[in-house]
Amino acid sequence: MPAVNRRRFLGTSASGLGLLGLSGAMPAWARGADILAGNARKGLDEVAGPNIDLTVARSAFATGNRRGGAIAVNGTIPGPLLRLQEGTTVRLNVHNQLEEDTSIHWHGLLVPFQLDGVPGVSFPGVKPGETFTAEFPVRQAGTYWWHSHSGLQEQAGHYGAIVVDPAGPDPVQADREYIVVLSEFSDMSPHTIFDKLKKGEGYFNYNQNTWTDDYPLSGGDRRMWARMRMMPTDILDVSSAAYTYLLNGHGPLDNLEYLFRPGERVRLRFINAGAMTFFNIRIPGLPMTVVQADGKDVEPVEVDEFQIGVAETYDVVVTPGEQQAYTLVAESMDRSGMGIATLASTPGARAAIPPLRDPPLLTMADMGMSGMDHGSGGDAGKTGMDHSSGGDMAGMDHGSSGDSDMAGMAGMAGGMQMRDISRLPPDVKVGPGLDMVSMNPVDRMGDPGIGLADVPHRTLDYRKLRSLTPHREGRTPSRRMEIHLTGNMERYMWSFDGKKFSAVSDEPIRFAYNERVRVKLINDTMMAHPIHLHGHFFELVNGAPADRQPLKHTVILQPGGSAQFDLTADEPGDWAFHCHLLYHMHAGMFQIVTVANPDGSEA
Amino acid sequence: MKTFNFSFFASVAAGAVLASPAAAQHAGHSPAEPQQSAEAQADAKVKCEEEAARHRAMGHPVTEGACERTAQPEAAMDHSTMDHSQMNHGDMGQAEASSSSTDHGQMDHSQMNHGQTGSQDMQGMDHSSMQMGSNDDIPLLPPPPEAGSGPARAAVAIWGEEAMNEARRELVRETDGGMRFWFQGDRLEYRAREGADGYLWDIQGYYGGDIDKFWFKSEGEGSFGEPVEGAEVQALWSRAIAPFFDFQAGVRQDLTGPGRTHAVIGIQGIAPYQFEVDVAAFVSNKGDVTARFEGELDQRITQRLILQPRAEIALSAQDIPELGIGAGLDRIEAGLRLRYEFAREFAPYVGVSQEWRIGQSADFARAAGEDASVTNYVVGLRIWF
Repeated sequence: MPAVNRRRFLGTSASGLGLLGLSGAMPAWARGADILAGNARKGLDEVAGPNIDLTVARSAFATGNRRGGAIAVNGTIPGPLLRLQEGTTVRLNVHNQLEEDTSIHWHGLLVPFQLDGVPGVSFPGVKPGETFTAEFPVRQAGTYWWHSHSGLQEQAGHYGAIVVDPAGPDPVQADREYIVVLSEFSDMSPHTIFDKLKKGEGYFNYNQNTWTDDYPLSGGDRRMWARMRMMPTDILDVSSAAYTYLLNGHGPLDNLEYLFRPGERVRLRFINAGAMTFFNIRIPGLPMTVVQADGKDVEPVEVDEFQIGVAETYDVVVTPGEQQAYTLVAESMDRSGMGIATLASTPGARAAIPPLRDPPLLTMADMGMSGMDHGSGGDAGKTGMDHSSGGDMAGMDHGSSGDSDMAGMAGMAGGMQMRDISRLPPDVKVGPGLDMVSMNPVDRMGDPGIGLADVPHRTLDYRKLRSLTPHREGRTPSRRMEIHLTGNMERYMWSFDGKKFSAVSDEPIRFAYNERVRVKLINDTMMAHPIHLHGHFFELVNGAPADRQPLKHTVILQPGGSAQFDLTADEPGDWAFHCHLLYHMHAGMFQIVTVANPDGSEA
Repeated sequence: MKTFNFSFFASVAAGAVLASPAAAQHAGHSPAEPQQSAEAQADAKVKCEEEAARHRAMGHPVTEGACERTAQPEAAMDHSTMDHSQMNHGDMGQAEASSSSTDHGQMDHSQMNHGQTGSQDMQGMDHSSMQMGSNDDIPLLPPPPEAGSGPARAAVAIWGEEAMNEARRELVRETDGGMRFWFQGDRLEYRAREGADGYLWDIQGYYGGDIDKFWFKSEGEGSFGEPVEGAEVQALWSRAIAPFFDFQAGVRQDLTGPGRTHAVIGIQGIAPYQFEVDVAAFVSNKGDVTARFEGELDQRITQRLILQPRAEIALSAQDIPELGIGAGLDRIEAGLRLRYEFAREFAPYVGVSQEWRIGQSADFARAAGEDASVTNYVVGLRIWF
């Protein structure tokens, strides 16, 4: 009990200091204060239009045994939920109380480009002590989010949720709804994390293959991976070694509780506001019906687990009731840790917390060798992996190989080149920043995500998404273009087409106004990348009829695979286009997309 | 009762219809709200029209319909009642797909070439309805002229050239991987052996970006109670030339003995099977040519316990008697070190290192009263930052 009182007291004193203006520009530790006194509160306040103030300030944060510096907006992490109304105009005032520039990008909202909040692309940024006002009509409904686009501030807590209520009736009927903002907290500074990623190999990975592991890898597999100078356990760059996973700012020990009455339809709006973490979401005992993806309504799909990439959002409806309580599990894709909350019918009710599952391994498909003809693998060596024990290899796409007589993995790699640059178009720069070229980058939209191919229950993949209502666009694209996702794990260099942003900052990707283009993204790396285009929704070419292709602002490119989207470039201006893994963007995986004006003039 | 701590907060946050300031959640959101706001919008429209009338009375041009809400094509249209199955898509550029028929219900999709999509898992595809735009119909083309050219500069017109240029420079700098300093004490060790025990340092580091770096190295060893036996520093320009290799060139200064200066050219990086290799050739200011090969391999026994075999081979093109170096194979060193990474950056180790002088070098060593073969039992520290 004393803990409750102490916390409440500290919370009060923190806001008291704020009122006195003492917690302004100076960080808590610089004031010599007890670091707890400057702590940002956990969780979401809610603010609604038409006039909203957002104050960005240095703060501190603590959860579990981690505490450290942070950036809070309006004193909380995550910052406040912006509750907006479709068809209204909102005025957002961003007050910068940091000692450095800041910004807010309204992720997924269709806004004039100059209000999109990307320093150096859409505007100059918000200087210390200044206020930036973004006023725009809210043209859409759905679940979105906001975050800093300056430096690495997003990792430090500078993010929050946006919910836009539809002007008309909501096709999703629910008795109750909750926001689930997924993110991470680290006591390391984001710049230190980046530094470690640059200098150390597998710095944060404590699930590496070793002499004593029990991974289903044969000696041949291990030699093959070593020969490639890659790690089959390289699933996420940053793990629980640095992160505590948060749901609405609550760590696993913080007892986040979502209350329900049995039989109610509860809508959960999941937002992955993490900097680097893909999450696998499940609520053991409770099926989830996915009803919205990236803010756009989709035909309901019932699943037991789904993977949410960084920057994606999914709305699901659940009907809890049979149990008193359910555990909401947000397991990091590398299975090094999890964030948890409880759906409870009475306060304090708890369900069992499932243990972390075995970490997944990368597969042949992740190496860009999907559907290779295993019968003619060139190399006769059959000394490779033992597939009978290769549970984690279930995700391998052997669909086109036809025969089951497989050459071993090790033998396979012996007959193939991991970096056959003749497969690249001439506009891809071949250099030290490109360590691999996918041999057979098949469309992997039917893939539920790393580690979910062999779970014994229903999962989500992009092929299962289709727009709830037919959308306006029906044109066949007038052209195709390809963009390669490239990188070097060892040097921690990431880029599009082998060129970091610094090499192409004067050569944006250009579209004519209202041009409809099919964009093929080819992942020449062994990591999954969530690729985000600002200012637009593109349609995933996922096998759905053209007018039912799901609209998204972010698409996951599975390792070694490809994905296509149809884009109608109808939002003039300059827009950021980047990998939403924060440190990949920071390392160079960033570009500008320029859409010309309707009158034909250049944007 | 610590666990109760946040559940208190959370339950307040989640509390059914509470709208307390601490309410983290938008609980019990009423579906009636959109209705209310629709009324509010209608109300706003009336007000807007009144306002427009006032402006017109003042002589300001206000177009009719200015108070209508702007078109919201997706939200406003009810597509659900449209029957797309009857649409004629023949004019949409996919006629040459496999059939010129517009009756997609009759198309034999099994003959279509889906090779571009690669995957065989077509279960999610609904072939009975329209399936647009196979990639074969869509040409791979650069942007049309209407897309414009040159740098992205839309924001300049709004925020000014100076402010945007500065911000763009900062963005470029920020997304370039940055410049950084790295220091590694690869081997900082105490060497127990027959006779006087000794010590060894082997450090390196760099400052630079992804491609070009200033790289420095230093090695030295000696026996306690005696002057330093061999010590050198190298200052190199290092350039990434391949995904796993850097080319290095620069100078090496010997700090002991005759104090020679060498030109250095070498390759450092990671070879297949994860061997860390460093190969360098040296030409001294006396014209002597020597070379060195170093290789290390980290073998993870557990996540933190790492066994590292290490080998070093020194070669010489000529006898250099004053340095005790014989032509050909000069020296071989083989070591095995077992380290424990308390942190990635901090790993004490124990190990053994065997050194052989070969051929003429061995004769030089014996002539100097030294053993041509030395076994060192080492304890040391591997650090980096």
